[in-house]
Amino acid sequence: MRINIFTDEALLWLGPFPLTPTMITSTVVSVLLVAAGWLVARAVVKRPDGRAAAAGRSAVRFIQDLVQVTAGRRSEAVEVFAGTLMLFIAGSALLGQLPSVHPPTATLGATAALAALVFLAVPVAGIRARGLRLYLSHYLKPNPVLFPLHMITELSRTVALALRLFGNMLSGQIVVAVIVSLVGLVVPIPLMALDLLIGFLQAYIFTILACAYIGAGIQVGETGRT
Amino acid sequence: MDATTVLALGSIIAAAVVMAIGAVGAAIGEARIGAAGLDALARQPDESPSITRNQFVALAMVESTAIFCLVIALVLLFANPLIGGA
Repeated sequence: MRINIFTDEALLWLGPFPLTPTMITSTVVSVLLVAAGWLVARAVVKRPDGRAAAAGRSAVRFIQDLVQVTAGRRSEAVEVFAGTLMLFIAGSALLGQLPSVHPPTATLGATAALAALVFLAVPVAGIRARGLRLYLSHYLKPNPVLFPLHMITELSRTVALALRLFGNMLSGQIVVAVIVSLVGLVVPIPLMALDLLIGFLQAYIFTILACAYIGAGIQVGETGRT
Repeated sequence: MDATTVLALGSIIAAAVVMAIGAVGAAIGEARIGAAGLDALARQPDESPSITRNQFVALAMVESTAIFCLVIALVLLFANPLIGGA
């Protein structure tokens, strides 16, 4: 098993653009999720008391409750964003269980992209909820001297989001690879189950943290919050 | 021993030290979170959903320090900038 940290090996080159395994796996995850979502949405309309419809409704309710609790209010845009993040990360953890498939979230580029989405979503949500002036002024509160610290907070939590997801997924892959190379049969199964559990847990945690950051951006200037 | 060997040796030792110390810190933190979470669950079983949720978030936050150590160890071993893309 080759371990790439900052780079990703290119399978083939389309002109100047490399085609990497991460791009393929993340596209596969996205396509599968969109297809599943389309099927579930159709089931909700066609057979509202079937199993697929019940699963879809409970998933939507789960995301709605999670956003309500962590972001502090209901917001359809945040719910869609959070649901997309959670389903994509959980789906890639599930896809990574297939033999010799490297999950897209075990690549630093993919997790950095997800963290960058969260990084951009916070000011977008804050400006939409509070207006440009009020949102930007919270960087100068309680004191303009603290402006660099606000910047460091935003950057470090984004880097932490990316590295946490990347490290967890990659460490699961490495552990399974080492055990498979040592024993190979039956023994890796509990560790693969643990890897899957950690993948789902990381999807949950990434979503909760993203919602908390966006919620803090939305609630700028409310009752003593800075 | 030329310079590359010394750098490689130092990187391996540094990776081991980073991972050992990082794991100890995260283990102590997670043990305290687990004990506190079980204590809270025993006192207030009705609050178990919110206790469990916050406990998982706290566990992930603490674990991320160990994960940072892991990433640094992996960079030292597999993508060391000093040994020219080893």
